[in-house]
Amino acid sequence: MKRDDLIEYSLHAHHNEEHGKKIRKKIWRVTALLTVVTVVEVALGAYIKQSSSIWPLVKWSFIIMTLLKAGYIVMVFMHLGDEKKWLRGFILVPYFLFMLYLIFVALWEAVAVGEAWTTYGGA
Amino acid sequence: MAGTSAQLDSKTLWGGKESPFQTSYGKLMMWFFLVSDALTFGGLLVSYGFTRHDVSVSGTESWPIGEETFNSLPFLGHGYPLIYVALMTFILIVSSVTMVLAVEAGHRMDKKGVIKWMIATIIGGFFFLGSQAWEWYHFTHGSEFGKVELADGSQAIVQGHFGEIEKFTVTKGGKEHKVGTEIKEDLMHQFQHAAESGHLHMHNDLLQIQLEDGSVANVSKKVDEDLTLIIKKDANPENIGKRYEGAEAQKKYYEALTSGAENRVIFGAKFFGDDQFGLNEYGPQQYAQFFYFITGFHGFHVFSGVVINIIILIGVILGTYHKRGHYEMVEKTGLYWHFVDLVWVFVFTFFYLV
Repeated sequence: MKRDDLIEYSLHAHHNEEHGKKIRKKIWRVTALLTVVTVVEVALGAYIKQSSSIWPLVKWSFIIMTLLKAGYIVMVFMHLGDEKKWLRGFILVPYFLFMLYLIFVALWEAVAVGEAWTTYGGA
Repeated sequence: MAGTSAQLDSKTLWGGKESPFQTSYGKLMMWFFLVSDALTFGGLLVSYGFTRHDVSVSGTESWPIGEETFNSLPFLGHGYPLIYVALMTFILIVSSVTMVLAVEAGHRMDKKGVIKWMIATIIGGFFFLGSQAWEWYHFTHGSEFGKVELADGSQAIVQGHFGEIEKFTVTKGGKEHKVGTEIKEDLMHQFQHAAESGHLHMHNDLLQIQLEDGSVANVSKKVDEDLTLIIKKDANPENIGKRYEGAEAQKKYYEALTSGAENRVIFGAKFFGDDQFGLNEYGPQQYAQFFYFITGFHGFHVFSGVVINIIILIGVILGTYHKRGHYEMVEKTGLYWHFVDLVWVFVFTFFYLV
């Protein structure tokens, strides 16, 4: 008996050869971008010393480049960009909120713990 | 792509027919799993950040720097900062690309394409695992010079070209070796072991090694070149980062090497053994522990990803999904595989770059 109350969402993602060509082109474009960003990161990491005066700038650029790479992987490779807006938000928003909070708390506490070690000793 | 059907109205939505996300149950559950797994990795990386921050606030010891710690290539030795790990990153990115191509082929019901790209993905996964095995091996064994504790109690890492050890010539016999025997095998391993146990000595300007069996031998070793000591730990934080070069570096290094005390020189991160467990040449103990735990946990994900990919590939070859009318299983395993790549992007930044 065929049920009419089930919707096969899995079929929505199907596409034809012509559309596939466009998608593949996008995939290769993103590949090139990820590669270039990685090469830039390694070059900066290898040639700019942490003692250098522009290091803080380099450090933040690493974080930005990492988020850029992560964004392309999630949105294009994992197709989250093609999903429903609410699904996207449902996955990303709570995660980001929680992680930002966790990072803030951890760094804040790390300073306190570090100062406690300095003040009260310990090996 | 997803969501080709018409606008949702609340009637169908709440009638239980239409899914608000217009996604199949399996895919949604995969996303839920990935979010929870991402929280685990996020927690691990944040705790790494916590420890690092804590150490740098309180510490008289500096945190290891990626380009100084990871600078070797297989067969080529040292002096290639970050190249190896960049290669690993590239391998993982490429295998992510082949995976997304497999998913795309699946959307066109192109069975042959799916098989081709999935095999490529699995090969990439094995390459990454092999690279990580080498990386771990190298991290455990450490550099040729090791970390030294200098006469004033400060600790320094060493950079430069290690002069090759050519042979040991036995000058005082022991249980196994007679006087005059030339030993030419396993030199580096014995040398490092002796250095850690305080069994290297200077005798009339000649470097001598006391071997395991109690015999003593002269060490024939080429001269080290471009030796640089960089202070990483000192009671006075101002000295951290100070460098000794040339003859001064040479003198201080060999002083520590031949002091006769145990653990004045440490090679690699000790993984086994009881008395030295936890010691490592790179810096604070927590650094090596986090390295093993985080890259290990990620490596475990890569391994399970490869296994799942193989299982799904068998399903593709048998035609299970073709009969089903869609290749969503490939898409789901693809999500997991991309996630592994995603985690590596962050591990790469926070472990190796920053």
